[in-house]
Amino acid sequence: MIDSLGWYVAFPEILLLVMACVIALVDLGVKTPMRGATHLLTMLTLAVLAVFLGFYASSGATVVAFGGMVVSDPMGNWLKCFATIALMATLVYGRQYASQRDMLRGGELFTLSLFALLGMYVMISGHNFLVLYLGLELLTLSSYALVALRRDDLKATEAAMKYFVLGALASGFLLYGLSMVYGATGSLGLPEVMRAIAGGEATLKGSQQVLILGLVFVVSGLAFKLGAVPFHMWVPDVYEGAPTVVALLVGGATKLAAFAIVIRLLVEGLMPLAFDWQQMLAVLAVLSLLVGNLAAIAQTNLKRMLAFSTISHMGFLLLGLLAGVVQGDSGNAANAYGSSMFYIVTYVLTTLGTFGVILVLSRSGFESDNIADLAGLNQRSPLYAGVMAICMFSLAGVPPLVGFYAKLAVLQALLASSQPVYIGLAVFAVVMSLIGAFYYLRVVKVMYFDAPTQTAAIEAGFDARSLLSVNGALVLVLGIVPGGLMTLCAQAIASLMA
Amino acid sequence: MGLLSLAIWTPILFGVLLLAFGRDDQAPMVRWIALVGALIGLAVTVPLYTGFEIGSAAMQFVEKSIWIERFNIHYHLGVDGISLWLILLTAFITVIVVISSWEAITTRVNQYMGAFLILSGLMIGVFSAQDGMLFYVFFEATLIPMYLIIGIWGGKNKIYAAFKFFLYTLLGSLLMLVALIYLYTQAGGSFDLATWYTLRLGGTAQTLLFFAFFAAFAVKVPMWPVHTWLPDVHVEAPTGGSAVLAAIMLKLGAYGFLRFSMPILPDASREWAWLMITLSLVAVIYVGLVAMVQKDMKKLVAYSSVAHMGFVTLGFFLFSDLGMAGGIVQMVAHGFVSAAMFLSIGVLYDRVHSREIADYGGVVNTMPNFTAFALLFVMANSGLPGTAGFVGEWMVILAAVKANFWIGMAAATALILGASYSLWMFKRVYLGPVGNSNVKALLDINAREFLVMALLAFMVLYMGIYPKPFTDVMDASVAELLRHVAISKLP
Repeated sequence: MIDSLGWYVAFPEILLLVMACVIALVDLGVKTPMRGATHLLTMLTLAVLAVFLGFYASSGATVVAFGGMVVSDPMGNWLKCFATIALMATLVYGRQYASQRDMLRGGELFTLSLFALLGMYVMISGHNFLVLYLGLELLTLSSYALVALRRDDLKATEAAMKYFVLGALASGFLLYGLSMVYGATGSLGLPEVMRAIAGGEATLKGSQQVLILGLVFVVSGLAFKLGAVPFHMWVPDVYEGAPTVVALLVGGATKLAAFAIVIRLLVEGLMPLAFDWQQMLAVLAVLSLLVGNLAAIAQTNLKRMLAFSTISHMGFLLLGLLAGVVQGDSGNAANAYGSSMFYIVTYVLTTLGTFGVILVLSRSGFESDNIADLAGLNQRSPLYAGVMAICMFSLAGVPPLVGFYAKLAVLQALLASSQPVYIGLAVFAVVMSLIGAFYYLRVVKVMYFDAPTQTAAIEAGFDARSLLSVNGALVLVLGIVPGGLMTLCAQAIASLMA
Repeated sequence: MGLLSLAIWTPILFGVLLLAFGRDDQAPMVRWIALVGALIGLAVTVPLYTGFEIGSAAMQFVEKSIWIERFNIHYHLGVDGISLWLILLTAFITVIVVISSWEAITTRVNQYMGAFLILSGLMIGVFSAQDGMLFYVFFEATLIPMYLIIGIWGGKNKIYAAFKFFLYTLLGSLLMLVALIYLYTQAGGSFDLATWYTLRLGGTAQTLLFFAFFAAFAVKVPMWPVHTWLPDVHVEAPTGGSAVLAAIMLKLGAYGFLRFSMPILPDASREWAWLMITLSLVAVIYVGLVAMVQKDMKKLVAYSSVAHMGFVTLGFFLFSDLGMAGGIVQMVAHGFVSAAMFLSIGVLYDRVHSREIADYGGVVNTMPNFTAFALLFVMANSGLPGTAGFVGEWMVILAAVKANFWIGMAAATALILGASYSLWMFKRVYLGPVGNSNVKALLDINAREFLVMALLAFMVLYMGIYPKPFTDVMDASVAELLRHVAISKLP
């Protein structure tokens, strides 16, 4: 590790910031209804960033810069790379949708998305409580505005209000918790906090209680951002109310950043308190699996169902995170957190596919967000039905689709601990995923077994159509050869733990 | 690429091609491509038999390469005397199903044929996997095509049946997944079956694992009392789906007992053998009686499948070479016979669109050729000497009598019950005067149906008259398995 004022470490963030401003300016001159130039420039920027980050990540170097404020490591760079690609896919799928809903009258969709991505970048590479918090705020403020982008739409405005109020509360929780930890340890940098706690300095001052109380607030704030029960109330409303393209941004790329901040705060900063936060995560995980899966069964709105399914998947993700430290031994940690990273990456990939299909099927004045709207899709378009079915089976965790290996990795991390409690959790998780299988199967049933109710032709651009095919194929291909991505995640986390 | 890989991936490749490029208006071409795919799939399995070294218990045609490095999962295939005939059976039944669905399926033919071809490759994968996770992936993946086959081309109540099939079997296999991962950690990070066979496991762990595997395999077999999904699913599934389900998918469960439960958990297997034997006998006798009162032909054959599979599990858990070989022979025989039974019902259903026994009567008057075949299959189903159905049942009964007279006695009643429900159904459907105008209007089987029936009839008779090729290959493997089961794995 080299501690330096290395500007090049923050090169992606700087480039993104500059380009976001440039695109906002360029957009002033764009008059076409589809915002062709803005779109093209955005895609170009994102593509360059993705390639750059991919190269950067595969070099495997870890560099801390700006006086310990930011870090550039393989995990962060891979997550940034994936988030960039996820945003590209989101915009490709959602462009037509947005233009049909009057969301492209200005270029805000693009610029705000870029600023949201910048927030994610900062969140992912922050190495200091304040930097992490700033990144989070940049992301969430952009997201609130994006949700409210259709300001004449009642549902979207309501969703934006809910999101804003609850999100602000959560940020407050997080900040409050962080300040307590700061008070107990006397520093904001992640390694310093870790050293202070591990070295017993914090406890010597008799501030153990403050530390734990702060931890409770931190975990609550993170649970809000992840959407884990009982901090999940905003998720279904935002998914349902927000324009689908924004819902995909909130439920897709953002989740990668949320995962990163959890790892940064809990693992890199508060690892010595693992015994405490693992218990909290266990409660969150069990509740999320239970509530998410059971509530999803009752939904008739597809986006709402996917929201509850997200909640249950966050439960599964947390299961991976809580298996890291077993009785003070962190030998299983890299394995466990690696499994969670694999889980979140594949989850985002699958989510892109499902929302992509919803976006493609929507027309002006028709949202296509009820499960019944998919009726007979196989007869209307075998391609879209196939992509959706692959994604649904993957979310249900049926091999040979990638979702299965995500579940396998997490279950393996749980069982590797050899703790009866964790084995019990694993059994609970598989029983819950059986319940989950029911509502995913129902979507497949509607698409394949029911007769079509819609007859309108599905019009989708060539780019969205081909990207969606690639997306579906990737869910399948990564299911047949998941080894590469698994190793990538494991190595990224391992270099973080080293 | 080895022979086993070819056997797995050829049908899958053809299936994927049909799914990707087939269109509804090209149905005739789709059918021919599907047939070619199935025939090539069958052709590549033939060298497995001709090149099989009889008398060796070792895995043959082994292919092994790393698949998922992170979890030390290998793409590890192999075949021994236990799985050889099941693989051949799978490829054979696939050809039969493709031919028999030629005219019956008219909508979305490419998806139908594609699903069957993919299913075929996946099932061969299950029978040849030598790595626990590879097995699980193939085992579970079969659910997807079958779910779609039942749901899209099934009968009136198809949606209920498709969900019942999927969720029922998924519950069992998810528990097995936990068991597999547990074994993986106990074995120090290996999914290799051969490693698991040497693993020492405590009594409680063995019992828990045994029931986790039991949940997966007993549901699949299906054993009483978790058999209730089978009649519902069979009734609603299209003919081809029923045939594949009965002929091969049920064997996945029984095969699992042989590959996992018994050699990995010998102590628990012996300890709980009484339970397995009891459940098997209940299946044989009680479900046999249930079959007798069915009004729906497909339901009757479905219940008779449960009874016949009871023989298979009974044979396995007697722990004698005769019983175990008998169980395996019975698996293969039931594959031919049950497929033939369901396809016969399909022939009638295509014409009259009813499965009710009461809607028929005197079919022999209008369809003499077909009735001749049907009689042979019914006889085989009731275990008549000289047909495939006899060999396995006889071996199992003999082994049961050796183990305990009363078990043998109870098992032997199945011959009476089997004859009763099969022949009584035959009498009501085929014999007597012409029952109604529908039956009067029946046309005898055409050349295509004749071919299907003749192929199955040949196999049923061949296996009944000269079972040596079937039993010879499995002797060494059965002896090896029994040797494994005899060694205690308690630490």
